[in-house]
Amino acid sequence: MSKQKNRSASKQANSDTNQGYVQLPIVCTADNLRMLIRKRAVRVVDVRRQEDYQKEHIPTAVSLPLAKLLQDDSPEKVVEILEKLGISDSMPIVVYDDTFGALAARVAWTFQYVGHENTALLEMTFSQWKSLGLETETKPNEFPAANHSLRLNKEIFADASYIESAKGQTDKILIDSRERLNFLTEHIPEAMNIPYTMLRSNGSILRDPAELKRFMENRGIPVDSEIITYCGSVGTLSGLAYYALKLAGAKNVKLYPKSFKEWKALGKPKEEFKDANYWDLSAE
Amino acid sequence: MKKATMKEGIALPKTNPRWGLEEETENFAQKVKLFRQRKLSDDDFRRFRLQHGAYSSRLRMDYSMMRIKIPGGEVTPEQLEKIASLSEAFSIGSAHVSTRQNIQLHWVQLEDVSEVMRGLVEVGLTTREACGNTVRNVMCSPFAGTCADEAFDATPYSKAIARFFLRNTMCQNLPRKFKINFACCEKEKHSLVRIADIGLVPAIKDGARGFRVYLGGGLGAASFIGHLLEEFTPEDMLLSTCMATIRLFDRHGNRENMARNRMRYLVHETGWEKFQKMVLKERTAVQMTLAPATIKKFDVKAEEDTRQLPKAPRMTKLPMLNDQVTKSSPAYERWLHTNVLAQKQEGYFTVFVTLGAGDITASQLRVLANTIRELSVEGVARNTPQQNFAIRYVKGTDLRQFFDRLASAGLANPGALTIASAVGCSGTTSCNLAITNSHRLAKEVQKKFLELGLDTDDSLRDSTIKISGCPNSCGQHEIATIGFFGGASRVGGAMTPTYTMLLAGNASELGKAVMRVPAKRVVATILKIIELYKNERSSGETMSQWIDNVVKGQGKGTIKDAEGMKSALEQVIQLPTPEVDPDAYRDYGSDSRFNAKTARGECAA
Repeated sequence: MSKQKNRSASKQANSDTNQGYVQLPIVCTADNLRMLIRKRAVRVVDVRRQEDYQKEHIPTAVSLPLAKLLQDDSPEKVVEILEKLGISDSMPIVVYDDTFGALAARVAWTFQYVGHENTALLEMTFSQWKSLGLETETKPNEFPAANHSLRLNKEIFADASYIESAKGQTDKILIDSRERLNFLTEHIPEAMNIPYTMLRSNGSILRDPAELKRFMENRGIPVDSEIITYCGSVGTLSGLAYYALKLAGAKNVKLYPKSFKEWKALGKPKEEFKDANYWDLSAE
Repeated sequence: MKKATMKEGIALPKTNPRWGLEEETENFAQKVKLFRQRKLSDDDFRRFRLQHGAYSSRLRMDYSMMRIKIPGGEVTPEQLEKIASLSEAFSIGSAHVSTRQNIQLHWVQLEDVSEVMRGLVEVGLTTREACGNTVRNVMCSPFAGTCADEAFDATPYSKAIARFFLRNTMCQNLPRKFKINFACCEKEKHSLVRIADIGLVPAIKDGARGFRVYLGGGLGAASFIGHLLEEFTPEDMLLSTCMATIRLFDRHGNRENMARNRMRYLVHETGWEKFQKMVLKERTAVQMTLAPATIKKFDVKAEEDTRQLPKAPRMTKLPMLNDQVTKSSPAYERWLHTNVLAQKQEGYFTVFVTLGAGDITASQLRVLANTIRELSVEGVARNTPQQNFAIRYVKGTDLRQFFDRLASAGLANPGALTIASAVGCSGTTSCNLAITNSHRLAKEVQKKFLELGLDTDDSLRDSTIKISGCPNSCGQHEIATIGFFGGASRVGGAMTPTYTMLLAGNASELGKAVMRVPAKRVVATILKIIELYKNERSSGETMSQWIDNVVKGQGKGTIKDAEGMKSALEQVIQLPTPEVDPDAYRDYGSDSRFNAKTARGECAA
């Protein structure tokens, strides 16, 4: 099947593609993942800490702690990691974490950035998987190394200079996904706030797409605008926002993975709000 | 984790439901879009927004404070859990109990207000008419139904009145906001009936139910204590009395002068005797014209909790509620003494949960909800005007477990029923009108007092501390033993946050302004007053009695009157020079020079 068709694959994991692999939707349901695991037709990636993985993980999962990926997330290095995990170009990947999906989102985005489009987030965290009584195992998994090509998907990446150049362009929307009080304190000028806490629902790392779509509509964000997400430091919260926006139907979403931490370090302009003592509302 | 439908054979509480309407949610979202597209004027949108319970946040029109009404103060565990989730998703991860039994969510983005409303409707709650020129949340004493001195339980009446006036066409555009409060009994210590537009106290005459009705009270830039309408108002005249009062206010209230348009000014300017006659006459007119269909909408029976709660097990030894405790007593005993009261229902107790100026996090709300579900036989919570929660119908045998559950969530602070439980409005944390950070100051007072163990001192127990961030009295400073309202003054050549201190206020008498105190000297000033009291008191005199006597000019020690008090405090309010201690001239929560910024208030918009 052509790559073009691959892109437009439906949300259901039913359209067989290269080598008999399915094309995954943005979010993979637990049922779907269990089916794929039984068929041995998926690579499950556990991005929790190594010691958590060693205790227990989803069957067939390999371990890739986010911290390890972030040590060097240059595209070449990421491709090397994919190869070591035995992941070939079109093999479906499902990523999960135990941090409301944010760590998984950052890893999934990185895979897609280096060209592994067929990557999905598991709909729930590992704790939720366990609380449903779904299968786990303790044995570590290793697979024979595979070949993976590098096809950088620059469309989904933004850096500080890109954000600076987008200033004043109304069709480019900057989304800060940190919590409200952090946003109020300081943020990149012109940014809108969609706190990551808005994105999840009970039992799922992301809400129903219709709800997410409504949140965008409420804010007057057209689905065909270009949206750039960022958060506090390494692009985890904004990674989750990236997928939430995709799920809501946004076509052109970019992640600024180095986020506000880099922006500040570079001495770029900030918008601050100091006329209210909102931090004193905290009960902690 | 979720919930049995029956607990020991007791049905779950009827939620306090059906207040919210789905279509209002959709409507609000549409109006925000029109406003953003400039198809709705600022003024029209503001009126609409307030009518639906959303104030604009401090100096930021694009954020809202959403005020969730809790009619009668009764809130279910499911409702608390929903508020927790909404606060996490759309607000700042915590909720805030107000002094009028609302629960407020701050810094909600205007575009998300409709989403919060949507969630509230799912659990039966509403923000409708929580702000604006409407009948605001109808309050009821958290003791109603458990008070040994009450004539009967006022709770269903408060909810029926709330339901009758909510969305009622007769009160959609009043000259100004309108407040109705119910007490449990005339003896209620911190009752708010005499500072409301209508205050109601259950009473029985010749075996028939009725109320003592107080009219025209209220706190603000000018405050008044309500007047008793008549000795006894029979139950079947409750509705017509309230309607007549609101109709008079609607007809005669001042719609021009925003600063003088609460009903208390109308009463004051008309003169009580004349106003009283007008109300009685209007009531006759209302009664003659009341349609049966209208009367049917006032349904007290429908609001009654008809469940038969079982008798609590008798305890061989009651918990040591009345024993003396000290700072070094075990935490549980200290908490029992300062946070738990016996109910008239033998073996049952009401637990008060200490919050800091009304703040509670989402995760704390969830722990509280579960604790209520498992350990309150009544199965609901009440929020209190002291910005705490009251959980009733806890068996004596379950108190220890209750305490442990609260402690696991950092909610087991002592002092809820004592001077340590300082009240503070939201102040500069979110309010447009605020001059000072009264919210943080109230928490600082509480922290210091608990640290010093002042909650264990029974001679201070009937004293209260209440703090507002401006002269408008959301913090109810005028009914406090020691009250404060925020302002700005030049001290040592520098603009400084200060508070005007009032003394000797209580439920039926307003405090007298005595002096100004710099924000950073407030805690020290209160401590000094306590020290003076200890030196000066006559035997058996509580601090509030002593302060009362002094303010009346009847001090028996060296401090004779308010002037004497002022001189005795002159030393403690002094600040070092700005060069020596610049921080003394700043407000709490601020590391820069004080600057009194305010924006237009929206109370009367």
